[in-house]
Amino acid sequence: MKVFVVAEHKDGKLKRVSAEVVAEFGRQGQEVTALVLGSGDLNAITGDLAKAGASKIIVLEHADLKDYSTEGYANAAHAYLSSQGAEVIASGGQGKDFMPRLAAKFGVGVANDCTSFGLASGKLTVRRPVFAGKCSKSVEFLKSPAMFTLRPNVVSSEGKTAAGTVERVAATPGAIRTKVAEVIASAAKKVELTEADIIISGGRSLKSADNFKILHECAAVVGAAVGASRAAVDAGYAPHAMQVGQTGKTVSPKLYIACGISGAIQHLAGMRTSKVIVAINKDAEAPIFQKADYGIVGDLFEVVPLLTAELKKLKG
Amino acid sequence: MNIFVCIKQVPDTETKIRIKGDKSGIETNDVKWIVSPYDEFAIEEALRAKAFLKTGTVTVVTVGPDRAVEALRTGLAMGADTAVHVRWETSCNVSIAKAVAEVVKKENGSVIFSGKQAIDDDQGVVFAYTAELLNWPSTSTVSKVEFGTDGKSVTVEKEVDGSARHKIAMNTPCVIAMTKGINAPRYASLPGIMAAKKKTVKVYSPSDLGLSDSPLLKDFDYELPPERKAGIKLSGEIPAQVAELVKRLREEAKVI
Repeated sequence: MKVFVVAEHKDGKLKRVSAEVVAEFGRQGQEVTALVLGSGDLNAITGDLAKAGASKIIVLEHADLKDYSTEGYANAAHAYLSSQGAEVIASGGQGKDFMPRLAAKFGVGVANDCTSFGLASGKLTVRRPVFAGKCSKSVEFLKSPAMFTLRPNVVSSEGKTAAGTVERVAATPGAIRTKVAEVIASAAKKVELTEADIIISGGRSLKSADNFKILHECAAVVGAAVGASRAAVDAGYAPHAMQVGQTGKTVSPKLYIACGISGAIQHLAGMRTSKVIVAINKDAEAPIFQKADYGIVGDLFEVVPLLTAELKKLKG
Repeated sequence: MNIFVCIKQVPDTETKIRIKGDKSGIETNDVKWIVSPYDEFAIEEALRAKAFLKTGTVTVVTVGPDRAVEALRTGLAMGADTAVHVRWETSCNVSIAKAVAEVVKKENGSVIFSGKQAIDDDQGVVFAYTAELLNWPSTSTVSKVEFGTDGKSVTVEKEVDGSARHKIAMNTPCVIAMTKGINAPRYASLPGIMAAKKKTVKVYSPSDLGLSDSPLLKDFDYELPPERKAGIKLSGEIPAQVAELVKRLREEAKVI
């Protein structure tokens, strides 16, 4: 099959999810052509794509593609791909933003945020969660090209290095009618929740926004992201961007540490695919313990600082 | 300015999902239906935009079966002026996007608001697909909307992965999809609910819009996730438990 992966990158680096998509196709014995949209020095990105297993890399170059934009990506990708006989077009997390517009240009459907995909006898089938993971379903594509985006962190990014022959093509991003007037960065550079290997989340028991600092201190030791329950967000202790659950983010880290989170259905939906779950809660009857691999019944204000100290010892 | 708010009726977030016997979907008997929470933010934001611009109308539009009219009534009770119901039980989000685009063309919509995704299917496809069909710009995960006083330009703040927000300028017509945190949606007041009963809900069938259902995706094999088994609760003094936890995470689970 002719498979194209639209790569995502930020600050000159390939996003891991793009390597994950490419590597997973490779494991299934499928050759991949990667598309990199941008301008300037993109060598680190194309290098990493080759390492993940991309046999061919098309760099779609245009000054207007220096920064990501929904329309720029959809327009430029369509302009190139429409004459390539693409049968599958895949992307990662950011794809959720531009792939629907790209799909509309092709007049096909798109399945976002898939957790697995498989090729069999020339047909692609994806699996994806619905209701934030309360259930999942399979999706088949009735019209070519099949288009989907893969959720970050669900497959390995380690691929078999391929040739990664780079071809540079002048892109046509068309009119980009959204202008980024200003980038408002928050004070601290944080690890993105959906891409984090470790997440430490706090619930309403944190009692204040200020108290979240004990989670941040612990997170800093192991490079973790900090999350929050809906109760904590609704109480104003944490911004919505940190919310894990059905009206927040769905995450699948290697390790999820829930501190003072009781385990409401909508929260469990957002983190149940974590590899290992640790629960720290005063209430021994909290439902979260039914889902946790390891539980500590205790006051998070006592447990978390001890955990921070213990992890520091480990990291030397 | 005719603001169209594209909304979806979805099962309440506390719903315990059950799968149909043939795995073709979920059981919808006994489900409590609500307006998708992100769409409620969009309704609220539309009402605020109309108040700011001191002109225009707010229309709530949905594509769905008969019961979806209740979602429209909620929007009308919150303060929307009119409603459009495309009575169509389709599971195809591309069909829904096409229907919304046709309605907005017919009714001279000048801007579309919606939630960033519906909380049942979690796709975030309809608003963006509609934008492309109409050839309008679109921005999603928006946490702030500021119109120019003439309503011709709009500046939004988009939440970007990681920690940044982008301030993005667009001209109308355009599509804006909201995320949580943008506002606190008002509750429908009793007079609002009474008034909603007198407001018009315009009904279209797919054929009125020149559409027929030709699904592009096939959904099947719905499954509940495997139950996670409860693991172990550590015991002993808290400091010893913490040391034990770290040891197990390192040696047993190998995640740190």
